[in-house]
Amino acid sequence: MIRSLLPTMLQFLLHGLTVLLLPPLIPGLIAKTKALMAGRKGPPVFQLYYDLAKLARKQAVFSRTTTWVFLAGPVGGVAAGLAASSLVPFGHTPAPVSFEGDVILFAYLFGLARFLTILSALDTGSSFEGMGAAREATFSALAEPALFLGFAALAKATSSLSLGTMLAFPGTLTARFTGPLILVLAGWAIVYLTENSRIPVDDPNTHLELTMIHEVMVLDHSGRPLALVLYGASLKLLVLGALILTPALPRAPHAWQNWLAFYAALAGLALGVGLVESSMARFRMTKVPQFLVAGVLATGFAFLLMLV
Amino acid sequence: MSLFLLALLAAAASGVPGLFLRRRGGEVAAGLLGLAAVAGLWASLRVLSGGPGGAVTLRTTSLGSSGLLVLDPLAAFFSVPVLLLSACGALYSLGYWEGRRGNTPALRLIYGLLTASLLMLVMASHALTFLLAWEGMAIAAFLLVMAEDREAETRRAGWIYLVATHTGTLLLFAAFALLAKVQGHSAFAALPAGLAATRGGTALFALFLLGFGFKAGVLPLHFWLPPAHAAAPSHVSALMSGVMLKMGILGMVRFLSWVPDPPIWWGGALVALGALSGVLGVAFALGQHDLKRLLAYHSIENIGIILLGLGLGALGKSLGNPVMQTLGFAGALLHVLNHSLFKGLLFLSAGSVLHATGTRDLERLGGLGQRMPWTSGAFLAGSWAICGLPPLNGFVSEWLIYLGAFRGLGPDLGPGRQGWPVVILLSLALIGALALACFAKAFGAVFLGLPRTGMAARAHEAPRTMLLPMGLLALACLAIGVAPILFAPALGRVADAMGPATGAALPALAGLPMISMVALALGLLALLLWRWLRPMPRGDDRPTWDCGYAAPEARMQYTASSFAGGLVRGLRWALRPVVHLPRVSGWFPLPTRYESHVPDPVLDRTAVPALRLAVRGASLLRVAQGGALPVYLLYVLLTLLALLVWMVA
Amino acid sequence: MLPDLLIALTMLSNFSLVATSRVSKAIQFAVLQGVLLGLMPLAMGLGRHFHIVLLAIAAVTVKGWFIPFLFRRALRQVHIQREVDPYIGYTVSLMLCALGTGLSLVLAHNLPLKAGTEYTLLVPASLATLFTGFLLLVSRRKALTQVVGYLVLENGIYLFGLLLVEDMPALVEAGILLDLFVGIFVMGIVINHIRVAFDSTDTRHLAELKD
Repeated sequence: MIRSLLPTMLQFLLHGLTVLLLPPLIPGLIAKTKALMAGRKGPPVFQLYYDLAKLARKQAVFSRTTTWVFLAGPVGGVAAGLAASSLVPFGHTPAPVSFEGDVILFAYLFGLARFLTILSALDTGSSFEGMGAAREATFSALAEPALFLGFAALAKATSSLSLGTMLAFPGTLTARFTGPLILVLAGWAIVYLTENSRIPVDDPNTHLELTMIHEVMVLDHSGRPLALVLYGASLKLLVLGALILTPALPRAPHAWQNWLAFYAALAGLALGVGLVESSMARFRMTKVPQFLVAGVLATGFAFLLMLV
Repeated sequence: MSLFLLALLAAAASGVPGLFLRRRGGEVAAGLLGLAAVAGLWASLRVLSGGPGGAVTLRTTSLGSSGLLVLDPLAAFFSVPVLLLSACGALYSLGYWEGRRGNTPALRLIYGLLTASLLMLVMASHALTFLLAWEGMAIAAFLLVMAEDREAETRRAGWIYLVATHTGTLLLFAAFALLAKVQGHSAFAALPAGLAATRGGTALFALFLLGFGFKAGVLPLHFWLPPAHAAAPSHVSALMSGVMLKMGILGMVRFLSWVPDPPIWWGGALVALGALSGVLGVAFALGQHDLKRLLAYHSIENIGIILLGLGLGALGKSLGNPVMQTLGFAGALLHVLNHSLFKGLLFLSAGSVLHATGTRDLERLGGLGQRMPWTSGAFLAGSWAICGLPPLNGFVSEWLIYLGAFRGLGPDLGPGRQGWPVVILLSLALIGALALACFAKAFGAVFLGLPRTGMAARAHEAPRTMLLPMGLLALACLAIGVAPILFAPALGRVADAMGPATGAALPALAGLPMISMVALALGLLALLLWRWLRPMPRGDDRPTWDCGYAAPEARMQYTASSFAGGLVRGLRWALRPVVHLPRVSGWFPLPTRYESHVPDPVLDRTAVPALRLAVRGASLLRVAQGGALPVYLLYVLLTLLALLVWMVA
Repeated sequence: MLPDLLIALTMLSNFSLVATSRVSKAIQFAVLQGVLLGLMPLAMGLGRHFHIVLLAIAAVTVKGWFIPFLFRRALRQVHIQREVDPYIGYTVSLMLCALGTGLSLVLAHNLPLKAGTEYTLLVPASLATLFTGFLLLVSRRKALTQVVGYLVLENGIYLFGLLLVEDMPALVEAGILLDLFVGIFVMGIVINHIRVAFDSTDTRHLAELKD
């Protein structure tokens, strides 16, 4: 057991502060990468912080069609994201809440966020938002098996059901598990891009509503609800990012090293997403399911490899 | 026990005063059923909390055993949804059904009798009482489905149901006869070890699985279920879907509890059937336009989840893995209770929608959230729970099954047997995601957006007698979801009935307190965020932004069919939707229609054509039906003579 | 000696039943047969069993008084005297009846029954009576004659029951009697309804009811 320099409570405090303050930086980093790749200067890295601060002060406009469900989407999305964030370890630091089976809760909390976001989109009665909601529901139905097969593979390898143990992989890593682990991470990378509505599944910067998935679902949100939506999306980038980064990180002897490694990896992830977005076009909608099935196959194959 | 029998009597008699009273018969019936629920729940909870049970026995033993009815933990557990839902349904029917038709008193009477047969069935501990109650339940349910027998659709649904249920009963007769032959008596008792692996054991398993599968609506024996649930009055649908289907599960659970050493393939068969029912059930639900049919297909899906749990438990029992066994059986049993709660809730709120608008067609509804806020809240709670989302009860039972399946991946399972837990995991994940899509579709199409027709626009909130039972069920869903640890000891005691007692370990096996903790944190966070949103500066209310289009109207909303369209297309190899695509041609095309529906694979594609063929074949035999009495008597005489001669020869 | 005589009379009444064309005569023969059989247990010397005596009295009362009463009422209502054209003619019926009686003798000889009964004629006679009852049911057209056939059929069953009378619980005997009573009663109602519906008691009309 590695002795940490910081007491556990301080670790948890840092965890909480990371969850609350860091997420808006990730989209900023991605945008900056994309701008630089395209030869532009681009918005500042902290742009989302400014946006959130402004939105929190702005008036909100509501459609006459909507009910309280319209607000349940942003609220539920952020609440579920925050709850899920307490279950996942950031690199090789312990998660604040960890118990046997928290993987399932983790996955279903994101399901809850998705459910409420979809409903809040449908609440407006707009055909565009309905279309986005339908796509979200359809594609996530394929992402879910990939996520769970990855969990099954890791649970098989580590004989554990807690994210904290399952993801802290290098501690138990043997050469036998390297191949399957890479497959799991590849499958989860697909899930990551899908769940966060990034290219090649969805284009967050597109200007045509017909081609959007996530962005079109929040067309009618404004003011503070929109701030919550934006924050929730960036939170998802962080939390799911921790899911795919942690198994790949080496374990360092000191806690501060682990934290630094995690932050560096997160920046690297943002950079990677930015690079993917700069070098690829969005898939046609009909091709997206194939992309997701590839993710399911990768994780499924990983599981099979774990068995033999 | 006597308290429970009192409840049974009160339920059976609940409709009787209404036959003689000119007014208030419904109130009396609801009161009696409420009384029955209080008394019965009290008795059940006492047994579930470890108190002594009881039994009704006969002095003479010409039946092979003296025990007829036993109130054991299993019976007490299954009686909870029966009592709760029948009382809620009776109260609900005051606003929903009373004064609608002339047959109201008869309906009340049969409703009470159905409840009584269900109560007797859960306690039955002898093949005789079991089959008696089973038949009583089947016939009472048939009469209730036929409540609106003036409509051809209802009559068709009723007959299909009757045929299906009696086919199942026939198989059960065979199964119990075989059991009696094997055991030497017809009482419910543990089977000797080693029997399950014999050919007789296999036959028993197959017969019970098929017989109970008909009632539970296991795919492909489910075909009676969607039409019957759609045609029955909503409080009856709630009772049928919430409770009556579970009697098939009760039968399987009882049978599995007798077998000390089920072969591994039994668990595998249950898992396979569960995966089939679960995934295809929800897939077919996606393709439905009728709100109640959609809910009916979801019942098939949830039966699939329960079977996955039972299969997991049976696998655990075969392999001597107490963790898998306890978690699998406990998850399945808890899901039985949970499903009856949230499906009852969903059917009742669907009934409110039907009551308020007069239609079950998703494409004609919409915007009811503003007009029926309480009903919409109830339906949302039910959808939330049925999708297995935290912090409601559906999550807890699925969690137990997930946990058991994950544990089943451990090294002690041995090579080659890890396929089943993975099938369970994958099916559950897929079912969860598809159910989410389906209920987003249903809730969105009915309650959100703008009303698509005048019927929906003129909707009104349901009366308080209808809202109260819905609120009660929603609260029950929340209670189990937030504080599952309170129910774990009782659940463990019930799971103990399934084999070597391991249920006491249940609270320790699953991190149930942690679920409560996360649920509370979730609620607290949501509350804080809500508080932050509420005082926000608010601009004018505007129409929905429709991307610059000048004159949006309700018909332009995304429809339920379009919402599910992508998934239905993706699953068309299984669903085989029938789509009528309009052809648009010329400069000024005429108005045209687009239609799509998903026919049931068993009923519409297999059973009906097969039966039509059978009827044609059978008409050849009509020659024998001359109509003349002497000819019929001649048949009897000839048969008798042939028998006599055969005996002598 | 006495039982054999009664059995012989029963078999004779069988032949008379199929041979007669008058409905009232057929009824009389059936009633006579019933009374004869009612006396059988007493003739067999079973008078020491109280319940058997009671049953014999009941049988004689029902068959000798109550059923003829019902028949007479029905006869008054429907105004028929003769079975005009039966499906099977009287001569042929008689021959069939004889054939049946012969067959019964053969069958009874080969049937694996309780050995050691002293009345060897009991089983063949009961089978022959059964057969006669069936013959009447099948070959006659008028509903009333068919009821007579039913009555004869029951007499056959009763006769068979005598074989086991000492072992058989009184409940079974009483059940048979009750069955007969209800059967005749219901058929009386049916006959009346046939008459009202078709203006005749010819059961041929019932064929119109077929699906």
